[in-house]
Amino acid sequence: MSEIKDRIQDVIDNEPVALFMKGTPDLVMCGNSQRAIDALRGAGAPITAVNVLPDPAIRQELSEISGWPTIPQVFIKGELIGGADIAEELAASGELQRKLTDKLGENYQGRAVQKVVPLT
Amino acid sequence: MERLESLLRDAFPDAGDLRVVDRTGTGDHFHVLVEDSAMNGLSLVEQHKLVYAALEEPLRDGTIHELRITTKGTT
Repeated sequence: MSEIKDRIQDVIDNEPVALFMKGTPDLVMCGNSQRAIDALRGAGAPITAVNVLPDPAIRQELSEISGWPTIPQVFIKGELIGGADIAEELAASGELQRKLTDKLGENYQGRAVQKVVPLT
Repeated sequence: MERLESLLRDAFPDAGDLRVVDRTGTGDHFHVLVEDSAMNGLSLVEQHKLVYAALEEPLRDGTIHELRITTKGTT
Protein backbone atom coordinates (compact mmCIF):
# COMPACT_ATOMS: atom_id res chain seq x y z
CA MET A 1 0.00 0.00 0.00
CA SER A 2 1.19 3.46 -0.83
CA GLU A 3 1.71 6.01 1.89
CA ILE A 4 -1.14 8.19 0.66
CA LYS A 5 -3.48 5.22 0.61
CA ASP A 6 -2.56 4.41 4.21
CA ARG A 7 -3.26 7.96 5.29
CA ILE A 8 -6.60 8.06 3.47
CA GLN A 9 -7.61 4.78 5.08
CA ASP A 10 -6.53 6.14 8.45
CA VAL A 11 -8.79 9.18 8.08
CA ILE A 12 -11.73 7.04 6.91
CA ASP A 13 -11.31 4.58 9.77
CA ASN A 14 -10.61 6.98 12.61
CA GLU A 15 -12.46 10.23 12.00
CA PRO A 16 -16.13 10.33 13.10
CA VAL A 17 -17.14 12.08 9.89
CA ALA A 18 -14.66 12.33 7.02
CA LEU A 19 -15.35 14.57 4.06
CA PHE A 20 -13.10 14.33 1.02
CA MET A 21 -13.68 17.51 -0.91
CA LYS A 22 -12.33 20.02 -3.38
CA GLY A 23 -10.89 22.86 -1.32
CA THR A 24 -11.41 23.33 2.39
CA PRO A 25 -14.57 24.23 4.34
CA ASP A 26 -13.38 27.84 4.44
CA LEU A 27 -12.44 27.93 0.78
CA VAL A 28 -14.65 25.51 -1.12
CA MET A 29 -13.64 24.99 -4.73
CA CYS A 30 -16.66 23.09 -5.99
CA GLY A 31 -20.44 23.43 -5.74
CA ASN A 32 -20.96 19.78 -4.87
CA SER A 33 -18.45 19.92 -2.04
CA GLN A 34 -20.38 22.93 -0.75
CA ARG A 35 -23.63 20.97 -0.90
CA ALA A 36 -22.10 18.14 1.11
CA ILE A 37 -20.77 20.56 3.74
CA ASP A 38 -24.13 22.30 3.99
CA ALA A 39 -25.89 18.95 4.49
CA LEU A 40 -23.43 17.89 7.19
CA ARG A 41 -23.53 21.25 8.95
CA GLY A 42 -27.31 21.24 8.80
CA ALA A 43 -27.24 17.94 10.67
CA GLY A 44 -24.76 19.37 13.18
CA ALA A 45 -22.09 16.86 12.21
CA PRO A 46 -18.46 17.17 13.20
CA ILE A 47 -16.49 17.44 9.97
CA THR A 48 -12.97 16.29 9.25
CA ALA A 49 -12.17 17.61 5.81
CA VAL A 50 -9.51 16.42 3.41
CA ASN A 51 -8.74 18.53 0.37
CA VAL A 52 -8.14 16.25 -2.61
CA LEU A 53 -6.85 18.99 -4.90
CA PRO A 54 -3.19 19.23 -3.82
CA ASP A 55 -2.33 15.80 -5.30
CA PRO A 56 -4.30 13.85 -7.96
CA ALA A 57 -3.09 10.66 -6.28
CA ILE A 58 -5.39 11.35 -3.31
CA ARG A 59 -8.47 11.20 -5.48
CA GLN A 60 -7.22 8.16 -7.36
CA GLU A 61 -6.42 6.15 -4.24
CA LEU A 62 -9.61 7.27 -2.51
CA SER A 63 -11.80 6.08 -5.39
CA GLU A 64 -9.96 2.77 -5.39
CA ILE A 65 -10.72 2.32 -1.70
CA SER A 66 -14.35 3.44 -1.88
CA GLY A 67 -15.41 2.34 -5.35
CA TRP A 68 -16.93 5.82 -5.71
CA PRO A 69 -15.68 7.78 -8.71
CA THR A 70 -16.55 11.37 -7.83
CA ILE A 71 -15.79 14.02 -5.21
CA PRO A 72 -17.09 14.80 -2.60
CA GLN A 73 -17.24 11.62 -0.56
CA VAL A 74 -18.70 11.43 2.94
CA PHE A 75 -17.84 8.71 5.44
CA ILE A 76 -19.33 8.21 8.89
CA LYS A 77 -17.26 5.93 11.13
CA GLY A 78 -15.65 4.26 8.16
CA GLU A 79 -18.85 3.72 6.16
CA LEU A 80 -19.24 5.41 2.78
CA ILE A 81 -22.41 7.48 2.97
CA GLY A 82 -22.16 8.82 -0.57
CA GLY A 83 -21.63 12.08 -2.39
CA ALA A 84 -23.44 15.41 -2.31
CA ASP A 85 -26.74 14.05 -3.65
CA ILE A 86 -27.07 11.35 -1.02
CA ALA A 87 -25.88 13.64 1.78
CA GLU A 88 -28.56 16.15 0.78
CA GLU A 89 -31.22 13.49 0.42
CA LEU A 90 -30.43 11.96 3.82
CA ALA A 91 -30.28 15.37 5.50
CA ALA A 92 -33.66 16.34 4.07
CA SER A 93 -35.33 13.14 5.26
CA GLY A 94 -33.73 13.23 8.71
CA GLU A 95 -31.94 9.96 7.98
CA LEU A 96 -28.53 11.66 8.23
CA GLN A 97 -29.21 12.83 11.78
CA ARG A 98 -30.40 9.32 12.66
CA LYS A 99 -27.29 7.75 11.20
CA LEU A 100 -25.04 10.20 13.04
CA THR A 101 -26.80 9.45 16.30
CA ASP A 102 -26.58 5.70 15.70
CA LYS A 103 -22.91 5.77 14.89
CA LEU A 104 -21.58 8.62 17.03
CA GLY A 105 -24.00 8.65 19.95
CA GLU A 106 -26.70 11.02 21.17
CA ASN A 107 -24.29 13.85 21.90
CA TYR A 108 -22.61 13.96 18.53
CA GLN A 109 -23.55 17.60 18.02
CA GLY A 110 -21.64 18.55 21.14
CA ARG A 111 -18.53 17.49 19.27
CA ALA A 112 -19.32 19.57 16.21
CA VAL A 113 -15.76 20.51 15.53
CA GLN A 114 -14.42 21.16 12.11
CA LYS A 115 -10.88 20.36 11.15
CA VAL A 116 -8.80 19.95 8.05
CA VAL A 117 -6.31 17.12 7.64
CA PRO A 118 -3.55 17.66 5.11
CA LEU A 119 -2.53 14.47 3.32
CA THR A 120 0.46 15.82 1.47
CA MET B 1 -26.94 13.82 -23.75
CA GLU B 2 -28.29 11.19 -26.17
CA ARG B 3 -25.20 9.14 -25.42
CA LEU B 4 -25.84 9.23 -21.70
CA GLU B 5 -29.45 8.33 -22.24
CA SER B 6 -28.61 5.36 -24.42
CA LEU B 7 -25.97 4.11 -21.96
CA LEU B 8 -28.53 4.33 -19.17
CA ARG B 9 -31.19 2.62 -21.30
CA ASP B 10 -28.74 -0.22 -21.95
CA ALA B 11 -28.06 -0.58 -18.23
CA PHE B 12 -31.69 -0.12 -17.14
CA PRO B 13 -33.81 -1.42 -20.04
CA ASP B 14 -36.94 -1.73 -17.92
CA ALA B 15 -36.66 1.61 -16.12
CA GLY B 16 -40.01 3.08 -15.18
CA ASP B 17 -38.55 6.55 -15.33
CA LEU B 18 -35.25 7.55 -16.87
CA ARG B 19 -34.27 11.12 -17.53
CA VAL B 20 -31.12 13.04 -18.34
CA VAL B 21 -31.16 16.77 -17.70
CA ASP B 22 -28.47 19.09 -19.01
CA ARG B 23 -28.45 21.40 -16.00
CA THR B 24 -26.41 24.20 -17.50
CA GLY B 25 -27.12 23.82 -21.20
CA THR B 26 -23.41 23.28 -21.77
CA GLY B 27 -23.46 19.51 -22.26
CA ASP B 28 -21.25 18.68 -19.29
CA HIS B 29 -23.29 19.22 -16.11
CA PHE B 30 -25.97 16.56 -15.91
CA HIS B 31 -28.67 15.38 -13.59
CA VAL B 32 -29.80 11.84 -14.22
CA LEU B 33 -32.89 10.27 -12.70
CA VAL B 34 -33.40 6.53 -12.75
CA GLU B 35 -36.38 4.66 -11.37
CA ASP B 36 -35.87 0.95 -11.81
CA SER B 37 -36.61 -2.31 -10.03
CA ALA B 38 -32.83 -2.95 -10.05
CA MET B 39 -32.68 -0.36 -7.25
CA ASN B 40 -35.07 -2.28 -5.02
CA GLY B 41 -33.53 -3.27 -1.72
CA LEU B 42 -30.24 -1.50 -2.39
CA SER B 43 -28.73 1.26 -0.27
CA LEU B 44 -28.45 4.69 -1.90
CA VAL B 45 -24.69 4.14 -2.22
CA GLU B 46 -25.28 0.88 -4.10
CA GLN B 47 -27.96 2.51 -6.26
CA HIS B 48 -25.71 5.39 -7.26
CA LYS B 49 -22.86 2.98 -7.95
CA LEU B 50 -25.06 1.25 -10.54
CA VAL B 51 -25.51 4.60 -12.29
CA TYR B 52 -21.80 5.37 -12.08
CA ALA B 53 -21.05 1.95 -13.59
CA ALA B 54 -23.40 2.63 -16.51
CA LEU B 55 -21.75 5.99 -17.14
CA GLU B 56 -18.18 4.90 -16.48
CA GLU B 57 -16.92 5.85 -19.92
CA PRO B 58 -18.28 9.41 -20.15
CA LEU B 59 -17.15 9.96 -16.56
CA ARG B 60 -13.65 8.81 -17.41
CA ASP B 61 -13.25 10.63 -20.72
CA GLY B 62 -14.37 13.95 -19.26
CA THR B 63 -17.71 14.23 -21.10
CA ILE B 64 -19.34 14.52 -17.72
CA HIS B 65 -17.87 17.33 -15.69
CA GLU B 66 -20.49 17.17 -12.99
CA LEU B 67 -23.15 14.57 -12.30
CA ARG B 68 -26.14 14.67 -10.01
CA ILE B 69 -27.98 11.43 -9.44
CA THR B 70 -31.46 10.66 -8.21
CA THR B 71 -32.45 7.01 -7.96
CA LYS B 72 -35.57 5.20 -6.90
CA GLY B 73 -36.79 1.66 -6.65
CA THR B 74 -40.16 0.63 -7.97
CA THR B 75 -41.80 -0.40 -4.71
